[in-house]
Amino acid sequence: MTHISTCPDCCAEIHLPADTMLHELLPCPDCGAELEVLNLNPVELDLAPEMQEDWGE
Amino acid sequence: MIRVSIVGASGYAGGELLRLLLDHPQVEIAQITSESFAGKFAYQVHPHLRGRTQLRFVGQEALEACDVLFLALPHGAAQRQIANYAALAARIIDLSADFRLRDGGVYQQYYGEAHNAPEWLDRFAYGLPETNRAALEGAAYASGVGCNATAVTLAVWALVRAGILQADQPLFADLKVGSSEAGRSPTESSHHPARAGVVRPFQMTGHRHEAEVRQTLSAYGHFDIRMAVTSVELVRGAAAAVYVTLPGIQEKEFWAAYRAAWNDSPFVRVVHDKAGIHRHPEPRLLAGTNYADVGWEYDPATGRAALLCAIDNLGKGASGSAVQCLNLMCGFEETTALTFSGFYP
Repeated sequence: MTHISTCPDCCAEIHLPADTMLHELLPCPDCGAELEVLNLNPVELDLAPEMQEDWGE
Repeated sequence: MIRVSIVGASGYAGGELLRLLLDHPQVEIAQITSESFAGKFAYQVHPHLRGRTQLRFVGQEALEACDVLFLALPHGAAQRQIANYAALAARIIDLSADFRLRDGGVYQQYYGEAHNAPEWLDRFAYGLPETNRAALEGAAYASGVGCNATAVTLAVWALVRAGILQADQPLFADLKVGSSEAGRSPTESSHHPARAGVVRPFQMTGHRHEAEVRQTLSAYGHFDIRMAVTSVELVRGAAAAVYVTLPGIQEKEFWAAYRAAWNDSPFVRVVHDKAGIHRHPEPRLLAGTNYADVGWEYDPATGRAALLCAIDNLGKGASGSAVQCLNLMCGFEETTALTFSGFYP
């Protein structure tokens, strides 16, 4: 059974496979944000901590 | 199967039409015309089509009746002979600027001369399917689109349609464009030593395509469009950034508006990525395609937003949209012959 959740950033609907694991990282299909699975029952996603890059250089 | 001819097939837009239509399973290309290259094989002018077709250019006097006539002539030429063309084909798609504007007075203001066939202006549906799909379905006559107008319109369309962007502020559109926008005929400014490596502002005010964008958005108010166009080191491509102020908007509202506008449009893709190096629309990735990539960047602290769109000026900005119009006018699947994904890197 798959889990359905939404991206906390862009609200895209996200289908998680049944074997999704706690703290697994996955990308949002729409905005590409890296998400972390914080809970499985119910599913709770949050933005994963990002590697810091200097995009302003 | 329908029989299609291309008038003015030796130009860049005409060549792109020919390339796309050669892959269209429901189209037979009957004739291609060129006054300068009559008698030559298509590949002698469009070398990438070697081995794809044995068609040779003919002069316009040899043009025969067909089902659909594409006109890819310089601006001003189609309107002078539109009645003759209409006698040859029940359906016409004109890529030039001749039948884009509904108002002959606005045409004269932007193109510097009175329109030769103003009675035809209302008969043409504006040829941007993403904003005018219903009018194009089954239409007999479709206009082309301005490449820069297309990029600006698609950059702002989602927010205008959602009522988030209203006609209470000027829309400053900055465009970077490639050399193929200037067409096939060489000029002093297109000479390689003068063109290579440029970042050349060539029209900072009063661009003709402002009228086209204003007309397309007119259902939502009178938008004050101001375009500034700069030539850059690209052959194909147009990238628009439209700068507006939208205080207090949430990122999720952008997403909702863009999804509502584009989820049913097969050739518009939302590019607003959190990660990677391709976070925003880029024209280089779109060369040879009919896609328009749209996105935005928003600063919640100031409310300033840059609304973005990238296209191939010869694809979505000209011949790709024209083939998409053909599909809608003739009842074909909208994406037929247009699914090339481009190449990378």
